[in-house]
Amino acid sequence: MSIQNITVALIGNPNTGKTSVFNQLTGLNQQVGNYPGITVEKKLGFSKLPNNIKANILDLPGTYSLNASSIDENVVIELLLNKNDKLYPDVAVVVTDVENLKRNLLLFTQIKDLEIPTILVINMTDRMKPKGITLDIPYLEEQLKTKIVLVSTRKGIGIEELKKQIVEYKSLSTEPCLNASVIDVEYFDKLRKAFPNQLLYKLWLVITQDVNFLNLDRNEIRSSFTKSHSDLKRLQQKETIKRYQFINETLKIGQKIDTANATDLRSKLDKVLTHKIFGYAIFFGILLLIFQSIFDWSSVPMEFIDQTFADLAAYAKNQLPPGEFTNLISEGIIPGIGGIVIFIPQIAFLFLFISVLEESGYMSRVVFLMDKIMRRYGLSGKSVVPLISGTACAIPAIMSARNIENWKERLITMLVTPFITCSARLPVYAIIIALIIPEKRLLGLFSLQGATLMILYLLGFGMAIFSAFILNKSLKLKTKSYFVVEMPNYKLPLFKNVAINVIEKTKAFVFGAGKIILALSVILWFLGSHGPKKDFVKAESIVLEKAKIEKQTDANYIADEISSYKLEHSYIGIIGKSIEPIIRPLGYDWKIGIAVVSSFAAREVFVGTLATIYSVGSHNSEETTIKNRMEAEVYPDGKKVFNFATGVSLLLFYAFAMQCISTLAIVKKETNSWKWPLIQLVFMSGFAYITALIAFQVLK
Amino acid sequence: MKTTVDLLPIGAKATILNVDLDKIPLKLLEMGCLPDNDLEIIQIAPLGDPIYLNVNNGSHLAIRKETAREIEVEIHEK
Repeated sequence: MSIQNITVALIGNPNTGKTSVFNQLTGLNQQVGNYPGITVEKKLGFSKLPNNIKANILDLPGTYSLNASSIDENVVIELLLNKNDKLYPDVAVVVTDVENLKRNLLLFTQIKDLEIPTILVINMTDRMKPKGITLDIPYLEEQLKTKIVLVSTRKGIGIEELKKQIVEYKSLSTEPCLNASVIDVEYFDKLRKAFPNQLLYKLWLVITQDVNFLNLDRNEIRSSFTKSHSDLKRLQQKETIKRYQFINETLKIGQKIDTANATDLRSKLDKVLTHKIFGYAIFFGILLLIFQSIFDWSSVPMEFIDQTFADLAAYAKNQLPPGEFTNLISEGIIPGIGGIVIFIPQIAFLFLFISVLEESGYMSRVVFLMDKIMRRYGLSGKSVVPLISGTACAIPAIMSARNIENWKERLITMLVTPFITCSARLPVYAIIIALIIPEKRLLGLFSLQGATLMILYLLGFGMAIFSAFILNKSLKLKTKSYFVVEMPNYKLPLFKNVAINVIEKTKAFVFGAGKIILALSVILWFLGSHGPKKDFVKAESIVLEKAKIEKQTDANYIADEISSYKLEHSYIGIIGKSIEPIIRPLGYDWKIGIAVVSSFAAREVFVGTLATIYSVGSHNSEETTIKNRMEAEVYPDGKKVFNFATGVSLLLFYAFAMQCISTLAIVKKETNSWKWPLIQLVFMSGFAYITALIAFQVLK
Repeated sequence: MKTTVDLLPIGAKATILNVDLDKIPLKLLEMGCLPDNDLEIIQIAPLGDPIYLNVNNGSHLAIRKETAREIEVEIHEK
């Protein structure tokens, strides 16, 4: 029998464990990408089913209904309306939570109206007993005109049954389970007569939504069947009421809840976690724990990685025949890759915490606790999620601002999120702090270096809040909006979900940033080891000549002089020297200047750039870490390049500057205008320059 | 007794009478805030806003006071 390919779409409300079902079906067999042109995450996985059937499984963004209110939800509707889409599903699997069936079924009844073969998954069935819930499956299957599969992803129950059911998709009913057109018989009759070949519900969606529908000219449907905005809204409300009536009646018979058997962990936890004192104390404690993991726990693997790459570079240099190619590998590529890999522990810790907070349901409580406070600064309680995620990376953080309903609050959140110290800034901070702050402990408890890092985080956060406050006062935007946040039940996070999330996010970060860093370090290496003919090639003879005049005979000194002379007259030296006047007042030499400029591709490039420049500029091949090389850098007069004033100036510059092209690109995409990213670039970087300037001039 | 959701204390149970359609987003209706459905006040945030509700027996959500003001309810007598 030949292999048959089918497409399965997983659809469901947020917090129904849809992604757990997806992970159980596909394992690590998934691809995460974006839908073309938009930044909505597209998750496609593969699963082998019985009877030689291979399924492409699409995990669609969570949505409460087919009435789209965000681009994430639009993706779902556009796919389901377009039969010609490559990913149009052969079968839809609607995932619901047994404790939330009533609300989850609303979406199910809408999907049924699209006449796609549909399977209903009732998930989290392990919660039925503790909650005293019993279901009459045959009755529900008959009323809902579907097959029901009971699943518990936590216990691993029901997935095989679901696979079998998917294989049998052709036997599923495609009949709607209720007739929603009774809400306005006359109107829908006319619509049906005008477009006899189209599904009525599809037409209705096209009229009420802002979606593309290939086969029909939307304007044609709209012009003849349009109603006033408030009439349409009233009809949509009637439709929703109609659907709920059906669902409530069906569940009255099909679902029994014995509250006497119910144990209520939720309300007990809620009392503590949203308490006016304990609630904030716990949230603060969790933040401290996150920072502890980044500052402290990850330093051990990071030092190990740093040393390993230094050893590796030295090994490559010794083993390979000397020449251009060896230099490229040991001076350009290996330090470049090392500069990326060193991030993995911190990134992994951050994503671990964020996904545990999201999965457990705790994040919603933080949103609830913080909303009123955040509103004072023009933000929303929901801004907490982007602001915390921003400590990992501003890009996913800015995307997560999407579920903020109020445009002004969302815009301010996106504009201030880049102030939050992202993980890319960490290696820069880490290395500079190690150079200028002594390794002492305050009162034998707090490490001085740790405290400095903490201050930098607070500075970033303070700046975010302060600029939000300013923006809130100065932006004149009229927005009519609201705030709804679902408070899901508490769940113990599933190990598999968290693990897959951490692995996928870390991978995306390492490869995304990795490409840029690798390319840049190769370019920098080339620019650093080549130069315009005259001075560069003659470097050796010029330096030897000078040594003769000065009666210098120390071979090491002469070799050092030759390499630094070469570097100064390489292409990169020429570029660096030309920008030196701008950065000199901040206390940077031209090498730091190059590193700062290349940081605009991605901040973490700073360390890699210095590594590449210094390794090109040093003649000896003995293994040494980047930190040692930075420490050894001196000006011609013997003063250290990385002194206290320069260090503080650099820290402040990196704390405030808008230095990441990818972030600017994402802000452009999300705001759909160049205006906002440009304002960010000018305002943040200007502010960074001024504070760094003041700091250096005062401290030097 | 008729009142609006923003005036209810923690633990109060009520039935929704009417929602102001022009001020209430469709999303809230879809989450169960519809006439005739029951709701219960689970928690009010420390600064008095937002309000955490259980609507239609199972749909847990939080809304701001300004939205709660537009939902008219009849309080259940104890």
